[in-house]
Amino acid sequence: MSLFRSSFRFEIDPSGKAAPWWTTLVSVALALIVSSFLILASGADPGAVWVKMFQGAFGSWFGLTETLLKTIPLLLCGLGVSIAYKIAVWNIGAEGQLLAGAIAATGVTIYFPNLPAEVALPLMLVAGLAAGGVWGLLTALPKVFFQVNELITSLMLNYVAFLGLQFLVFGPWRDPKGLNFPGSPVFPHAETIPPLWGHSQLHWGLILALVLVGVYAVAVNMTRWGYEIRLIGANPEAALHAGIRIRRHILGVLFISGALAGLAGMMEVSGVTHRLMDSVSPGYGYTAIIVAWIARLNPLGLILSAFLFAGLIVGGFNVQTLGIPPSIASMIQGAILFFVIGSSLVGKIKLRRTTPGTGA
Amino acid sequence: MERLPALQMRQIVKTFGAVTANDHVDFEALPGEIHALLGENGAGKSTLMCQLSGVYRPSSGEILLDGQPVRLTSPLEAAKRGIGMVFQNFRLVPTLTAVENILLGEKGPFWHGPSWKKACRLEIGAFAQRLGLSFPLDTPVELLAVGEQQRVEIVKTLYRGARFVILDEPTSVLTPNEVDDLFQTLRRLKQEGKTILITTHKLKEVMAVADRISVLRKGRMVTTLPASQTSEKELAQMMVGEQLSPPRERVAQLPGEVILSVTDLEVHADHGGRSLSGFHLEVRAGEIVGVAGVSGNGQKELAEVLTGLRPWKKGHIVFQGRELRSATVRSLIEAGLAHVPENRMKSGLAGSLNVIDNLLFKSYRLPERSRWGFLRLKDNRIWSRELVDEFAVRTPSLDTPVQQLSGGNQQKLLLAREIRHNPRLMIAVHPTQGLDVGATQAVHDLLEDLRSAGKSVLLISEDLDEVLDMSDRILVLFNGKVAGEVPRAQADRHLIGMWMAGLDHQETP
Repeated sequence: MSLFRSSFRFEIDPSGKAAPWWTTLVSVALALIVSSFLILASGADPGAVWVKMFQGAFGSWFGLTETLLKTIPLLLCGLGVSIAYKIAVWNIGAEGQLLAGAIAATGVTIYFPNLPAEVALPLMLVAGLAAGGVWGLLTALPKVFFQVNELITSLMLNYVAFLGLQFLVFGPWRDPKGLNFPGSPVFPHAETIPPLWGHSQLHWGLILALVLVGVYAVAVNMTRWGYEIRLIGANPEAALHAGIRIRRHILGVLFISGALAGLAGMMEVSGVTHRLMDSVSPGYGYTAIIVAWIARLNPLGLILSAFLFAGLIVGGFNVQTLGIPPSIASMIQGAILFFVIGSSLVGKIKLRRTTPGTGA
Repeated sequence: MERLPALQMRQIVKTFGAVTANDHVDFEALPGEIHALLGENGAGKSTLMCQLSGVYRPSSGEILLDGQPVRLTSPLEAAKRGIGMVFQNFRLVPTLTAVENILLGEKGPFWHGPSWKKACRLEIGAFAQRLGLSFPLDTPVELLAVGEQQRVEIVKTLYRGARFVILDEPTSVLTPNEVDDLFQTLRRLKQEGKTILITTHKLKEVMAVADRISVLRKGRMVTTLPASQTSEKELAQMMVGEQLSPPRERVAQLPGEVILSVTDLEVHADHGGRSLSGFHLEVRAGEIVGVAGVSGNGQKELAEVLTGLRPWKKGHIVFQGRELRSATVRSLIEAGLAHVPENRMKSGLAGSLNVIDNLLFKSYRLPERSRWGFLRLKDNRIWSRELVDEFAVRTPSLDTPVQQLSGGNQQKLLLAREIRHNPRLMIAVHPTQGLDVGATQAVHDLLEDLRSAGKSVLLISEDLDEVLDMSDRILVLFNGKVAGEVPRAQADRHLIGMWMAGLDHQETP
């Protein structure tokens, strides 16, 4: 006879499989349900808000264009942090890297005025890439040589970049004809990225971003470099035993990671705002972290989640007419991230029946 | 004088997957004795003690305290019953002081005022003083010496009311002076009526401090006897046991050219001390050289130096006729060195990557496996399929993450990778640790095949049976030096046991 009844208990299975793909959809749905209650609490009708949001983001040609436009920086920054996460370096500094790129590209327009488009645009592109990359290296170097936690440095460097941006737009780079508005002079036509067609807002950056996602997919899964990256990310100690130089890879990967965010910054100033303003990024670099996480660093997933979150931002602005603040969008983002991170445990948790040991 | 046992473990069986760590073990401890649990690494000592302290639950068998069966379902439950354990790696919060560490986990109201802490500090100070266990009370424990940290741990268990104090390999981290202090402490605790259980593999210490000794070998209890009725020599023999089966039949093979020669090697451990000094080694083509010894005598550092993971201070290493100056892992791999590391999931395989990626570890740079920086995905898949079939690795598919394979299949996968890289020399460290009988056999056959093919193997293992069974020559490491070397034909396990225990072989008859 046993005094002890069998009971159930949760166990985390160390050899657990990755959570199945549909858990992401379930967590997005759960996040929307939770957000509905919050909308209800603020006195609006959730159904109307969702419809309005969807219409705003995808329901009109204008809305769709806006959404695609905001997909570009999210996709590029998401791609950047994804590469860093592949090698298990938790770069949360895409925001600062984006700003560094935007500043550098603007610097080209200010210090080298009147260049023809064929020279100006490539120069701005390189400046944006390099500045973002260097900003990424500022996180990588202390990590590699002094074991400084990259979470802290990359986050702090966001503030450094933002304060630097404010200094420039309020100070030396302020447009003298700008009625005291904190922003650089408007770029001449030669320094703006041409639209995809006619007078569309949408510019060629979208195509470049999509191409870069393809390059990422090929590089990570099909090249020797990508293999080394994946190996370091999965087990650095084993990578060491395989003779891989980990430090060098961390430096390289963070340069690329920062450069992609810097490219996003260059595209924002040159393709969208056509000037440097202190509001050049509404937090693309932070949202990109969620984008990458939801996509589980998968290339196709990155495109989808960047598009979804761009829609969320655009739709968020559209619900203001209902008396709901646009920050509802960031609230939903937060809720989605919460559930997605929670769902990554789903595959690992097992409900197990514990039977008492049989006495001898 | 007959005393009733204070603690009994009856017919304890503990299995981890296919591995049996404790096989019907009976164990009992008397009140107020120092009882040593002696055995080689992997004999099951720590597993047994962890079941006593509630960390593991027995697969079957029962535990009795004062004659009453108890269920120790958690360390907390065990602590309530007066059982405390001092682990080999201390469970202390480095940044907290000794007093704070001792009070950690103390039950009570949510908020204690500073006066409570002050009172506890005085109480703990007096308590420690009474036991003769001194350590700074208000310094963060990370600043204390290892011996002091251990005393904090002991006081922690006693302060929580332990009658039974279990110390897992307590001397492995201590200096000789600290060991003497510890033994005095243990004797004092004994006088206080505590029951002390220590696990160790060091014979001299057992004889110095224990009242009674239980010897475990390969998960089975060999015997329990009073320290006064035995000797180090007898214990050494019980620890290593008798040969169970005759060594494998082997075609005599004249050893070929020297593949690896190491002279006068000196290597430092992570924390400065010398872990190898004046070390010599020669490995010839077509032979398996076994390195036996109790762990922590330089085996880890030897393997790391030879695979390029650790620099050395002094001495010469010549591999295939070329002297190594500062070897990198990669150059050694390319020169034909294979490595089966001690802990396959920690450093040999990447658990979340699939079978193909794990097979590519050493060969992905070769032109057959990648071209112009691109992996040859299709070829690699075919190649992996061949390897998996040839080495009989059981896996659901080539895209399965290797953490989902069984330990034996993981090890076969690792060996497949290393052997297919066509090595001149393989360094295999504990290659069968944690494997069941079938997988162990498979691994041994693979090493044997390497030998027949004229390759060399350096087998570093704590499993003496394995070393005796597999090796052409046997070296025993003790304290960073070769304590003795003997060819297979003249191998005598008793002599080897003496060398392993650090006893001068002159004493043996």
